Amino acid sequence: MFDIALYHAWVIPLLPAMAFVIITFFTKKMPKRSAGISITSILISFVLALSLGIGVIGQGERYLEHPLKVVVTWFSMNGLSIDVGTQIDTTSVMMLLVVTFITSLVEIYSLGYMHGDTGFARFFSYVSLFAASMLGLVLSPNLLQMFVFWELVGLCSYLLIGFWYHKKSAAEASKKAFITCRAGDFGLLLGIILLQLNFGTLDLQQLSKVIPHFTEYTGLTAAGLTGIAILLFLGPMAKSGQFPFHVWLPDAMEGPTPVSALIHAATMVVAGVYLVGRILILFVTLPSALAFVAFIGGFTALFSACIAITQTEMKKILAYSTVSQLGYMMLALGASSLSAGMFHLMTHAFFKALMFLGAGSVLHAMHDEANIWKYGGLKKYMPVTYWTFLIGCLAISGIFPFAGFFSKDLILEVTYAASSLSGQATGSFQGLYSLLFIMAALTAFMTAFYMFRMFFICFHGELRSHDAHPHEAPKVMTVPLIILGIFSFIGGWGGWPGLGEGQAFGYFVRVGNFHEIEANWFLIILSTGLALFGIGLAAIFYCKKTYSAEAVARKFPELYKISFHKFYIDEFYLWVIRHIVDKLGWLLWKFDYLFVDGIIVDGCGKAAQWSGSVMRRVQTGQLQHYAFVFFLAIVLIVLFLSLTDFNSIHVGLLLGGVK
Amino acid sequence: MEINFSLFSIEIATALLAVIILIIGLMIPKQSRHILGYIIALGLVVIFGFSFRFYGLNTAVIDKMYLVDDFSVFFKQLFLVAAILVILASIRYVNKMNGNFEFYVITIVAALGMMVLVSAGDMLTLYVALETMAISFYILAGYKTDPKSAEAGMKYLILGALSSGILLYGLSLIYGMTGTVIITEIAAKIGLLSGYSPALVVGLVFVLAGLGFKISLIPFQMWTPDVYEGAPTPVTAFLATGSKAASFAVLARLLLIALPAYSRQWQLLVAVLAALTMIIGNLAAIPQTNMKRMLAYSSIGQAGYMITGILAMNQAGVSALSFYSVIYVLATVGAFTVVMTCSTQTDSDEITDYAGLAQRSPLMAAALTIFLLSMAGIPPLAGFTGKLYLFKSIVNQGYLWLVIVGLVMSMVSVYYYLKVAKVMYMNDPVDKTPITIPAEAKITLLLTMIATIFFGIYAQPLSVLAHIAGKALLTF
Repeated sequence: MFDIALYHAWVIPLLPAMAFVIITFFTKKMPKRSAGISITSILISFVLALSLGIGVIGQGERYLEHPLKVVVTWFSMNGLSIDVGTQIDTTSVMMLLVVTFITSLVEIYSLGYMHGDTGFARFFSYVSLFAASMLGLVLSPNLLQMFVFWELVGLCSYLLIGFWYHKKSAAEASKKAFITCRAGDFGLLLGIILLQLNFGTLDLQQLSKVIPHFTEYTGLTAAGLTGIAILLFLGPMAKSGQFPFHVWLPDAMEGPTPVSALIHAATMVVAGVYLVGRILILFVTLPSALAFVAFIGGFTALFSACIAITQTEMKKILAYSTVSQLGYMMLALGASSLSAGMFHLMTHAFFKALMFLGAGSVLHAMHDEANIWKYGGLKKYMPVTYWTFLIGCLAISGIFPFAGFFSKDLILEVTYAASSLSGQATGSFQGLYSLLFIMAALTAFMTAFYMFRMFFICFHGELRSHDAHPHEAPKVMTVPLIILGIFSFIGGWGGWPGLGEGQAFGYFVRVGNFHEIEANWFLIILSTGLALFGIGLAAIFYCKKTYSAEAVARKFPELYKISFHKFYIDEFYLWVIRHIVDKLGWLLWKFDYLFVDGIIVDGCGKAAQWSGSVMRRVQTGQLQHYAFVFFLAIVLIVLFLSLTDFNSIHVGLLLGGVK
Repeated sequence: MEINFSLFSIEIATALLAVIILIIGLMIPKQSRHILGYIIALGLVVIFGFSFRFYGLNTAVIDKMYLVDDFSVFFKQLFLVAAILVILASIRYVNKMNGNFEFYVITIVAALGMMVLVSAGDMLTLYVALETMAISFYILAGYKTDPKSAEAGMKYLILGALSSGILLYGLSLIYGMTGTVIITEIAAKIGLLSGYSPALVVGLVFVLAGLGFKISLIPFQMWTPDVYEGAPTPVTAFLATGSKAASFAVLARLLLIALPAYSRQWQLLVAVLAALTMIIGNLAAIPQTNMKRMLAYSSIGQAGYMITGILAMNQAGVSALSFYSVIYVLATVGAFTVVMTCSTQTDSDEITDYAGLAQRSPLMAAALTIFLLSMAGIPPLAGFTGKLYLFKSIVNQGYLWLVIVGLVMSMVSVYYYLKVAKVMYMNDPVDKTPITIPAEAKITLLLTMIATIFFGIYAQPLSVLAHIAGKALLTF
């Protein structure tokens, strides 16, 4: 089983791809059967991924150092060879497991959530296409294949955000997501092309061998390569919603909630983190690029936490918290730790999918009322959602022993380490890393606060909306919640202090040497203290109501407003588009219309038509005419060759070849 | 002298097939002769399957008069494929044309001539094979009993005879200077001569003119539009594909194996003529109103791209030429299949009569669009990959200007190809009756269409074969 899965890993993305094709072409009219095909295919993929996972963990060291590549040459010519295939190593297998696991659960959950929707079959076909693209991305052995699938997941995201395309806001949001991501992808594509031009390969393994010694292989300077790295990083920034590309992600919540859980929380948005993780060696080689990644990550984490504090829609709060957590992952990578980034990616996938699905359950019960101030006291109506959501909140806040505790603690630890190491990879950026550590700690506190703010408003107190009749969701929705709840609880234990080789998560997924995890009591007490402080504060304001939150907001009206309006980033972009891009577009249109179209294009067309008609006149249809041209051409060519002096043969040629 | 006749089995089988068909055709009653088309197609498919066993032999027979190398096997397979596709597509067309079964026999003989041509190891075999092919086509071009077809046949005969004479004169000059007719030995004999020989240069020009006629190289292309338009469409399809590919193959062998010493002369000449061919072929295609004439000019333009593969003078170039030949044959046969299927119903080849083809026959409209876009080199169709191979082989050899000419002319070609697509999709048909595609033509259409898409997305299998072929020509 393991061997089959190992050498035929391509089956894993192929199954959902086939489901997509079958649903699109054959079973579109049959919703039940479509869902069955889709879920069966992803479950088989999950089982295959699981057998791969067990096999790879069993032989840890082997696949860590020597990834297994199964490729076919897609295209080759002198100097350029492009492969497609699969690369199996611990990191990709971990990602495979996360993606297939979450997708399976979300698809099962959607059976209930999407029940009765007119686009039921279409939904499952898109989700299958997404799963296929995402799995293809994860398995990519080179950057080009990755880019192809990267664009495909972007397309799926576009299709699924605009799933209810008759809603104007959904159509707008899907366009916004696609265009914002394309802006970043432009940088990514440029970076990929520059890597190919300079290194002559896009293969991940070969790149990781040559990049650390780039001065020997290429004429690049460190500054030049840093430029390429930052261009490449633009793609992940957009895809993973990093500042200043974060604007699309909250709007993406217009899509169906299972989509938000799957694509915009657990899997697709982490593709950026995964890509950076895949080429982490490039950033580690260049301290300033690494610091850039860390700074963007740390800043995004704090920035969006500041926004999340004042939002009033459940899914918006979760979206900003996703942006914030993605920032955390980038920060971890920026501290040159693949383990911490990937570890948080995994635990985050569990608890954030859980919370989104929980939010979906709440929305389902409240008939799509989005404002959390209309909720309240949901605890007694929907106990399963309540308890699983509580687990999610505790996990994201980083309370021991929930999953988030271990991964968040690891991120704080590596950031702290980066700020205190001397002469290591972080080089002259220690000051920055110290600042980032403080920002990360502050974010941890705010995360706990805004999460429990939402939690208390939604589930405690009294129901504020009078025309709502909340009820618990059906089993098909609550069972995935419970499973995710279990994983949000135990999912982080791979980072338990004291776990050594062959046991700890960080042993299997890493770049560089493995260090046994040690309990850093200063950090544990600090992070737990901050989280408890945040929860306590939220309880005082929103559960006990000892102090009024409105009073505080009134005291700092400017701060409240700026946070509520998301720092006016969207307004700023809109202003730029209206006043600069549109005007520029108008100017270019005029230029195009008058000059390019009017003179160049039309001119070319006219010239071509004219020359065509001239040539038609030469074609008389007269046989003797043709024969004449034939002979004349031969004579002219011989003359031409005789006049073009090759070793003074012209005289001989003119004499008809006589020597 | 011991002769291993098994090395000729492809040719012997093809010749036998022609003879058998001739005999059966005479024996069975006239109304049941239409089954001969299927028998031939089947026979050729069997020979095609069998021909894969000839890869890797790389041997010469009868004192190097006949070469069985991978290059020749590759092209023989291409002719077989072209013949199968054309015969399948034309069964209905031939039935309508009095149902003369000799048509098939002569087509196979033409294919036989092409096969011997690419295997020719000496100039005499080469000439005889070329004439076998050419004479078959003289008959085929005038096969229809209308004045246009007769005119085409007559024009092709007279001009073809002229070019044959020139070619023979060129070959005799080369023989006169080197004293050998064996292609592989000419280069060595030229090395023994002191200095450049003007007579050899004249011979070179004559050979280039004679074969340039066959591949429609400017300025020897004048006959192409007239003959392509007038000849029966299946003949045009086979003439534009098989005859052209065979002449390219033999030109590559002569220039690269026999005359590399004069590469300075012929490279300059070929580069200039290639550029002229691309420019004139594509520009003259723009004002055409007849589909077959438009395709004729476009095939002239294609020849301009293809000859760059010889210009590169290396294995990558020959492989690219082999690769592109296949792509070109598939798209051209496919396009002419659409033309002949339409014309059996509409009795017209005018582009305006393709109006609304998308409504009358969605499959043909889609297929024709794909073939034309592939010829224009639009990704992800096979023509794009083929052009990429071709241009990549010369871009580093100082022919960047030629690549730019090629790219600009590809863009120009998009214009007149899309004009056809526009007529098919945007204009409303005058006659709304759906056009039915005969089952045999549908096979050709689907095969060529699938292959054109497949080799665009996954070119590796074909490029491996083309690589083997290119290697065989230069190292053998």
